[in-house]
Amino acid sequence: MENKKKKKTKEEKRFNRSLLWSFLKGCKGFFVWSMLASAVAALADMVSPQIIRVAVDNVISGQPASLPGFAMRLVERAGGFAYLAGHIWILALAILVVAAVKALAQYIFRVSNTKGSETLVKNMRDRLFAHIERLPFAWHMRHRTGDIIQRCTSDIETLKRFVSEQMTSIFRIVVLLVLSLAFMLSMNPLLTLIAMLPVPYIIWRSFYFHRRIGEAFLDCDENEGKLSAMAQENLTGVRVVRAFGRERYEKDRFEAQNAYYTGLWMKLAHPLARFWSVGDIFSGVQILLIVVFGSVFAVRGEMLPGEYIAFLSYGGIMTWPVRMLGRMISEMSKAGVSIDRVSEIMRAEEEKESEKALTPPMDGEIRFEHVSFAYDGPEILHDVSFSMAPGSTLGILGGTGSGKSTMMLLLDKLYELPADRGTISVGGVDIRDISTPYLRKNIGMVLQEPYLFSRTIAENIAITQPDMPMERIREAASAACLDETVEGFQKGYDTFVGERGVTLSGGQKQRAAIARMLTQRTPIMIFDDSLSAVDTETDAKIRTALESRFGSASIILISHRITTLSKADKILVMDHGRIVEQGSHDELRDAGGIYAQICAIQSGVGEEATA
Amino acid sequence: MKDSKLRFFGINKVLPYLKNYKKALFGLVAGSLAGSVVDTGVPLFQRYALNRFIGEGTLEHIALFVVLYLALILSGALVNYYSALCSQTIEVGVEKDLRNTAFSHLQTLSFSYFNQNSVGYIHSRVMSDTTRIGSLVSWTLLDSIWQLGYVLGAVIVMLIINTRLALLVIAVLPVAVLFYALFQGKLTRANREIREMNSKITGNFNEGITGARTIKTLVVEDAMEKSFVADTAEMRRKSIWAARLRGLFAVTMNLASSLALAVVLWKGGVIAKTQVGTFSMFMSYAQGLMEPVRWLVDAISDLITTQVNIERLTKLLNTKPDVCDSEEVVARYGDSFEPKKENWEPIRGDIRFEDVSFRYPDGEETILEHFNLDIPFGTNVAIVGETGAGKSTLANLICRFYEPTAGKLLIDGRDARERSQLWLHSAIGYVLQTPHLFSGTVRENLVYGNPKATDADIERALALVSATDVIARLEKGLDTDVGEGGDLLSTGEKQLLSFARAILADPRILVLDEATASVDTITEQKIQSAIDTVIRGRTSIVIAHRLSTIRHADLILLVKNGRIVEQGRHEELMKARGGYYRLYTRQYEDEATSSVLG
Repeated sequence: MENKKKKKTKEEKRFNRSLLWSFLKGCKGFFVWSMLASAVAALADMVSPQIIRVAVDNVISGQPASLPGFAMRLVERAGGFAYLAGHIWILALAILVVAAVKALAQYIFRVSNTKGSETLVKNMRDRLFAHIERLPFAWHMRHRTGDIIQRCTSDIETLKRFVSEQMTSIFRIVVLLVLSLAFMLSMNPLLTLIAMLPVPYIIWRSFYFHRRIGEAFLDCDENEGKLSAMAQENLTGVRVVRAFGRERYEKDRFEAQNAYYTGLWMKLAHPLARFWSVGDIFSGVQILLIVVFGSVFAVRGEMLPGEYIAFLSYGGIMTWPVRMLGRMISEMSKAGVSIDRVSEIMRAEEEKESEKALTPPMDGEIRFEHVSFAYDGPEILHDVSFSMAPGSTLGILGGTGSGKSTMMLLLDKLYELPADRGTISVGGVDIRDISTPYLRKNIGMVLQEPYLFSRTIAENIAITQPDMPMERIREAASAACLDETVEGFQKGYDTFVGERGVTLSGGQKQRAAIARMLTQRTPIMIFDDSLSAVDTETDAKIRTALESRFGSASIILISHRITTLSKADKILVMDHGRIVEQGSHDELRDAGGIYAQICAIQSGVGEEATA
Repeated sequence: MKDSKLRFFGINKVLPYLKNYKKALFGLVAGSLAGSVVDTGVPLFQRYALNRFIGEGTLEHIALFVVLYLALILSGALVNYYSALCSQTIEVGVEKDLRNTAFSHLQTLSFSYFNQNSVGYIHSRVMSDTTRIGSLVSWTLLDSIWQLGYVLGAVIVMLIINTRLALLVIAVLPVAVLFYALFQGKLTRANREIREMNSKITGNFNEGITGARTIKTLVVEDAMEKSFVADTAEMRRKSIWAARLRGLFAVTMNLASSLALAVVLWKGGVIAKTQVGTFSMFMSYAQGLMEPVRWLVDAISDLITTQVNIERLTKLLNTKPDVCDSEEVVARYGDSFEPKKENWEPIRGDIRFEDVSFRYPDGEETILEHFNLDIPFGTNVAIVGETGAGKSTLANLICRFYEPTAGKLLIDGRDARERSQLWLHSAIGYVLQTPHLFSGTVRENLVYGNPKATDADIERALALVSATDVIARLEKGLDTDVGEGGDLLSTGEKQLLSFARAILADPRILVLDEATASVDTITEQKIQSAIDTVIRGRTSIVIAHRLSTIRHADLILLVKNGRIVEQGRHEELMKARGGYYRLYTRQYEDEATSSVLG
């Protein structure tokens, strides 16, 4: 999943756009509301300096007012300027009312913006998760877990910030700028021009600075990562360090990297401090311009003191948003990369349900006919054919890379068998025509290194049916010889498994996975070397339990142990993708092939060799 | 550090680390105070402009005014620049020092500490606790002084100019503080819950991806999706709740500002008639007072939360190693960082357990009781047993990773405690079950135990363990980067390199924790012959998993439930038909089977 630096095709761009649009489903309304609210808040911000202005110029100083009609009417309603002069509390109340409106608007802005962005994040996460679950197994094998997770977490976060912070902030700042410009222009166009003079430069400077400094931040992050990895390695390798007596070396190495990393930050300290303090100068000068020219205009009689104060307020309101704007714009470019990375996952095609989606009975004969298969490289299976009678047990013996697990992956349709590579059928129906979920629901499979979810043991066993009665969980656990182990835990079946709970041994995991499969009561059960970490006696116990309680199921056992395989109705011996021997235990033992050889070794005939 | 009590939120524990940065600390305090003076001054200048120029209608001295105002802006910028640098110096410096201290302390701690605390936990102490403490004593401190200075300055100026109006504005403050403090606690909790939820969702993704095959075979996609959607819904709910809190928080702050402003207009409006500048100044202060209050409340909550970090880090630094060289030993042989190699006696490699009893510091069961064993130089001892039976215990004692609870471990006839740990460790080679390489080049890894080794030495060692072609295959040879934890190499390759590393250190005593990881047959044969080469001419302790490899050992110990239940040579133990016999035949079958199947 390398990010190739090739040009995006039109199609990809269209896909990205429509993807982002579809993520926005259900949250656009919230964003509209939040934008409206932020515009109202910005307007309220503009109004209260005007109230002060009127108070100072027209009410207190009694200068004639030139207000727009609706404002004049409002003043008259309140009793006129003269009345207000005696009752200034009315204006103070007006300030509070405007403040309340602004507070309300801000509250609505914040909450609906969060609602929008959280809905967006939820949409993205849910869609990604559901999509990833349904991507073919082959896709999962091709991609690294860490990389996918990063796309699902930090890239999503970047996209969220793009919509909920950058877009809305830029909108808010632009509204604020336009409104203050309008209000200032209405009071004094020339002073407005002067006050706005530094603004473009401040924005450009901040944009440029943040784009450049971004790389330095990346460098810092990378070196922090290195330092962190060094500490991590030292801690995991503590035995090696001690046994070689290299404490001093480790200390020196760590201190050197620590010094380098912190040095990077110190190097950054200067440009950062310079950026902020020069920014302070520009903002300060912007206010100074207003103070000086405002004073000049006021002395010349072109401006009233209240207007001057209002100008100062607008200058103050603009300072921060203007300084933020450049940074916001510079960070927006990250979103483009993130949407690419997310859409790469979303573009991958999900597993397809078979066209016919048949749901035939699954307790029939399983048959492989001339099956050949290759992953990406050389062929793994060559022309494999066999059949197993309903309700019988099939044993498979074979080394690593002999193709035995591949056969099981094909049977469970985790890999699709190409049309011209033979057929696999159950009860006479080609599995290509059988509904995939239906097929999988009817095949239980336990792996050598099974995966347990980080939930309780009971939840793991009952994963296919969360409302499973406890008796059934216990029954399955006892058939899998897991009951004693579980009862040994303090919390029994409610013991948490995995990172946040107990760590199970390989054998315990295998037995838990077997119990999980048994609760499914599938007509077909596959044990892919899944008793390897269980001792021989337990292995035998589990098999006895299987026979007595699940006798009608068709069972496929993959194992190295002759004792495990010997009771099977039919045994296949696989070698390099071919079936080299097949028959019952007795037949194969007497045939003098690989099976017989192994049989001899494992039955103790080879014991002389050990003496 | 004798007094382990935390005082004033644990700041007493951090103070010693600030000593190195007295100048910067002074600069920070002075700079932030100066900054608050400048901030307080700006409204005064504006007051002057309004009162003098506009009020009196004259532009006299405006040039001087501009110069002074500019000087104020410039000095403000300068102060800002300077105090930011000081703050950064302290942050980065304290962080670095704390990290170094923690790291080198960890190099002396005993294995019981590493067994009781997960790598992740210790790692957070070294990396994140130090970061949080560093930023507390720099930026948080800077902001607190600056904002507190501004609040005080503004209050004083207002009091001087108009006491009555000032008192009215100040009256708003406590109300605001109370509100913020109320919200702060809730907000901190909400933020923590969101972080937890977030890591849960990441965990879900991880599960959905690494467990993909299982999810497919069990056909539980829908169920997994349902539980995922439930988690994201919970996340959404919590985030919105936090947003409401934050919204209310902001609302109260804005209302408090406006309340102060309204108070100024209501009670001070009259001033505007004569002194419009003073009125405007009051407005500025009234509105500017609430933000600093919020900062101060934030700083206090920072202080409270960082206390936990200080506590945990202090606990780490106060942990004493179980295995400790006595003062006399350190005086003669030096410590782990400053060894006095000139006083070191050469080591022969005789090991003797004399009446040793042992119990792990965190365990309840006594594992060895009055155990005696003589391992003269050159003996090859093999320890066998089931996984988890406690095979490593003897190796741990020989390496002095743990000390016997009673009895003595003799090295060359003298109690091991009479020499320094480093003396012993320098003579021990240790090859691990899961080979651990450090990131860096192949060469750096190989010379880990012997930095003086030449390329010729390296070639010889590689040849001895038949790893020459491993290096030949690598693009840059010895200078190839092995990746984090050696991840760019296969397990078998890492194993061979770790043998070469042990040979280069040329230890008198070799401890070998044999690999269980499956490697291909050819590599396995190479590893086997490497083992045979490595143990020649040394005292060796092999913790064995593949029994066929230790048939020729001088002494085999069978461990069960942590105790030694059988000991003797291979032939003797086979004849006895006990636990070793059973273990051996079972393994033999497995190995033979795999070799037939290929």
